[in-house]
Amino acid sequence: MSPHGVSSRDSRDPIGYAVAAVNRLAQSELLDRLGIRRRAEKAVFTITRSGFRTATTAGRAFAKAGQRGRAGARPGASSTHGVFDLTPSEDEQMLVDVVSELAAEVVRPAAAEADAACATPEVVLKAGNELGLTILGVPESLGGLSEERTAVAGTLVAEALAKGDLGIAVAALAPGSVATAISLWGTDEQQATYLPAFTGDDPAAAAIALTEPTVLFDALEPATTARRTAQGYVLDGVKSLVPRGADADLFLVGARLEDGNCALFLIEAGTSGLEVEAEPAMGVRAASLTRLSLDGVEVSEAALLGEGDGTTYVECVRLSRLAWCALAVGTAQAVLDHVVPYVKEREAFGEPVAHRQSVAFLVADMAIELQAMRLLTYKAAARVAAGKDASREIGLARQLCASKGMRIGLDGVQLLGGHGFVKEHPVERWYRDLRAIGLMEGGVLV
Amino acid sequence: MTIWLDDPKKLVPLRDQAHQVAMNMLRPISRKYDAAEHEYPKELDLLAAMIDGLSESGASNGAGAAGVRRDEKEKPEAGVKNGTNLASVLGIAEMCWGDVGLLLSLPRQGLGNSAIASVASPEQQERFAGVWAAMAITEPGTGSDSANIATTAVRDGDEYVLNGEKIFVTSGERADAVVVWATLDKTQGRAAIKSFVVPKGTPGMTVERLEHKLGIKASDTATIRFEDCRVPAENLLGSADIDAGTSGQGFGGAMATFDNTRPLVAAMAVGCARAALDLTRDLLEQAGVSIDYDRPAQVQSAAAAKYVQMEADWEGSRLLMLQAAWMADNGKPNSLEASMAKAKAGRVGSDITLSCVELCGSVGYAESELLEKWSRDSKILDIFEGTQQIQQLIVARRVLGLTSAELR
Repeated sequence: MSPHGVSSRDSRDPIGYAVAAVNRLAQSELLDRLGIRRRAEKAVFTITRSGFRTATTAGRAFAKAGQRGRAGARPGASSTHGVFDLTPSEDEQMLVDVVSELAAEVVRPAAAEADAACATPEVVLKAGNELGLTILGVPESLGGLSEERTAVAGTLVAEALAKGDLGIAVAALAPGSVATAISLWGTDEQQATYLPAFTGDDPAAAAIALTEPTVLFDALEPATTARRTAQGYVLDGVKSLVPRGADADLFLVGARLEDGNCALFLIEAGTSGLEVEAEPAMGVRAASLTRLSLDGVEVSEAALLGEGDGTTYVECVRLSRLAWCALAVGTAQAVLDHVVPYVKEREAFGEPVAHRQSVAFLVADMAIELQAMRLLTYKAAARVAAGKDASREIGLARQLCASKGMRIGLDGVQLLGGHGFVKEHPVERWYRDLRAIGLMEGGVLV
Repeated sequence: MTIWLDDPKKLVPLRDQAHQVAMNMLRPISRKYDAAEHEYPKELDLLAAMIDGLSESGASNGAGAAGVRRDEKEKPEAGVKNGTNLASVLGIAEMCWGDVGLLLSLPRQGLGNSAIASVASPEQQERFAGVWAAMAITEPGTGSDSANIATTAVRDGDEYVLNGEKIFVTSGERADAVVVWATLDKTQGRAAIKSFVVPKGTPGMTVERLEHKLGIKASDTATIRFEDCRVPAENLLGSADIDAGTSGQGFGGAMATFDNTRPLVAAMAVGCARAALDLTRDLLEQAGVSIDYDRPAQVQSAAAAKYVQMEADWEGSRLLMLQAAWMADNGKPNSLEASMAKAKAGRVGSDITLSCVELCGSVGYAESELLEKWSRDSKILDIFEGTQQIQQLIVARRVLGLTSAELR
């Protein structure tokens, strides 16, 4: 592949060679020594922004506990009376209210800086943990908050948090996503070993790693492999866009078994062969995205989470997509809420631009498509919570949230014109964040 | 209270029943009346009688054109209601999966019946029970700007005298009566606009012609002229006061009919589009294309990717439709949501039916299948009861908090 994003079908002609030579001169430090060019600010090299590759560091120790082979505790399906209803339960509404407050008071003010720094401030993550974001999907019997399956609550929370900021929401929800996965599919041993690290005062960091750095990536066909050995499994492959990989204590990694089925593996940070490097992207930057390499990573057979026949893996992929849909809904709502007062205040040709149909109709379409996205996402979440098959609903929600979410991000910038293009307004960040919907796999889950 | 957006359990039997009727009564005669435009679908009389029977017995859960009535005085019951509005959209969507034109031709299920249900007094409700009522609003010079109508109604003793011309009156020839919009005083604008029930055969009312149309050919679309047409004063629906304003009886009340009927038109678009999706999926599968909801669209064939996009849009418009109906059932104002539902369903209906023709190629285009018909039928659903642009205007005004003077 050619560097600098040039397609291999392109080639340099004589003028191109001359330009390239000028460019090399332009980059040389000679100019600086001669004082010809203003000194550019040096970028700070941090693990999250420029990335040298490093072995994952063992964070906390997970002491083995519980019984291997014994099924873990499971959150029960939520009950439904078959009544069409758009009203959240009282508990859910209370949760949404406090998370919305957090999103408005803490998350939004921190968003621009977190985006620039590719890191969410510790204090913001702490505030989220105090609300119990990490243990929302963990059954009460295991020290968590849920009495029954909390897919709807998780969806509402992800939406409310993303209204503050999508990147921070991903950073804050990533550990709880792993805890939810362990609650849903873990054995007694896995739950007893890992969940205490999430239910305590200082919850562990963790991330679900499913995406891979390949074109036309299909989550159901990962290139990462898990080979069976006498002691357990050996994993090889590369995972992409893993939230907070640099400080994660635990990873949940998707891989393909030799029989072709896909499965999930719990891998502790510090395991030999596991390396992490920064992988900053267009958006979702506050989630400190990383690339995770697995080179002959050996795990015991107790590392397998759930079934090895592919069913758990597919379920995980779907639930993760549902979480991304919820994030899209929250972010798109943020765009709409920002755009409405702007177009009413901004004047052109002697009146607010909102008085023009070409502007007003874009806003109307945003509102219509956003509500459609929300309803599809809620429908899927409710089916998941009730223990019903939601593969179709999640597939459709993802399709709509990816296309219409991006459209809303695009129009959000457009409606602010040049002001939308500069960082004075958050719409350019939402534009970058909304491009993630539809291509992100893993990371978060409800 | 629990978020749950699957079809209401209690209304599933009704929905499935409507589907069976659509499949076994409407589909077999669908092409016949598309070809024989203006011929009365006599098969519908029996069906209408059956629907009346179901309605009488309560088995229809109040579904139908008159199911949109809202009793503001009625105290909200404890708990969440899944009532007549939801029953109506679910039933109508299934019937339109069968045939939109035939649904529109169903006796006693006209838009005029929705208007009567929405604004008539209890005495009028009783008097017009069982009457098949069409709706006459549009005039040659007035479409979306219905506050601008020129048909006049002048009080003369115990009667009103109507003069004017109405076009695009669905079932205008077949219905027992027509609900006619007319102004008591053109200078007083929308406040003076009232609706009148004019029984068929009233002297001075003439059906001038029937339109030849792009689609919904089974439905007769009439032009009606009123020349010194006298109707009893008690046929004025709601209050006769010009300053009744927003009290629910004047123009506002008449427009409120639209808040109630827009979800029904959304339901028509949803049903018609579903017909195209169902058949196209079948035809694609026969051609070796299967749809996988778990795979990214870009790793599937272009046809499958398009299909998933269409179905996602379809599901979105259907949920918006259910939302609007659910709000009406639960006494929540739903003007915004009703318009959202119609806007989305209208445009999605056209995209889906036209794209299905494209996906199926000549098989879709030829009359040997119904795909081409559905793509003709669906177009009207993005026009009548408020065009796409009018819905966008309503939604924009609500979302932006602008008046009709600010956002024109």
